[in-house]
Amino acid sequence: MAVLLEKSFPVEAGAYTTAGEASTTIKRTLKQLGISAEVLRHVSVACYEVELNLVIHSLGGTLTLLVDPEKVTLISKDIGPGIPDIDKAMTEGFSTANEEARTLGFGAGMGLPNMKRNATEFDIQSEVGVGTTITMSFALK
Amino acid sequence: MTIREVMEIVEGKVLVGEDRLDDPVDTACGSDLMSDVLAFVKERTVLITGLINPHVLRTSEMLDITCIVFSRGKLPSEEMLEMADEIGITVIASPMTTYTACGELYIHGLPGTKKKPKEV
Repeated sequence: MAVLLEKSFPVEAGAYTTAGEASTTIKRTLKQLGISAEVLRHVSVACYEVELNLVIHSLGGTLTLLVDPEKVTLISKDIGPGIPDIDKAMTEGFSTANEEARTLGFGAGMGLPNMKRNATEFDIQSEVGVGTTITMSFALK
Repeated sequence: MTIREVMEIVEGKVLVGEDRLDDPVDTACGSDLMSDVLAFVKERTVLITGLINPHVLRTSEMLDITCIVFSRGKLPSEEMLEMADEIGITVIASPMTTYTACGELYIHGLPGTKKKPKEV
């Protein structure tokens, strides 16, 4: 499928102040493309969750937005530390977030399940010591 | 219910968005946990929270939340108010606690988010 738009955003580990800026830009970009409010909300929520995860849990990574006529795709790729037990991480309420994230109102163990809930397709691959890649797509029709 | 009615019920003061007081809202959510807000909230919702930081605004922007009530007389910074204005979120400061503000809105007919999130 022809890619209409591709944009990448570096996300720094521990950058709590700027966390969410990539998601804000992505939301505004997609809004300009005329994507429906419902799809836009699903993309935005999942995008914000995955960006926060990069800030809170990863050693840094990249968030990539791809748009084609059929769907919006978000790819989050980090450089570690990797998730030892993906099933556990996908369980609502399970969290390894630090105190700083909790002070900001996050780290309730809702992030990964909420991404899966909002995406049409959700895939997570992780290897300890290597990194985690999350791919989510959102159907436009 | 309109945002103006919300403001009156919580005995609040509008800090940003005076021109949007006649906009309608359908539901409300009271929480300091943005993780839960991200998992439960639907559109045209009022968020009642005692948490004050820019992530409350970012979370609200992602969800198209149109109005935030900051409870217990807490006031956001100028920077946060500018950010709310830019996003287009109405900000109200209420002297009530979160519990009381939610309770007052509920008894005046503003329901909570009923739909349970789907299983994953």
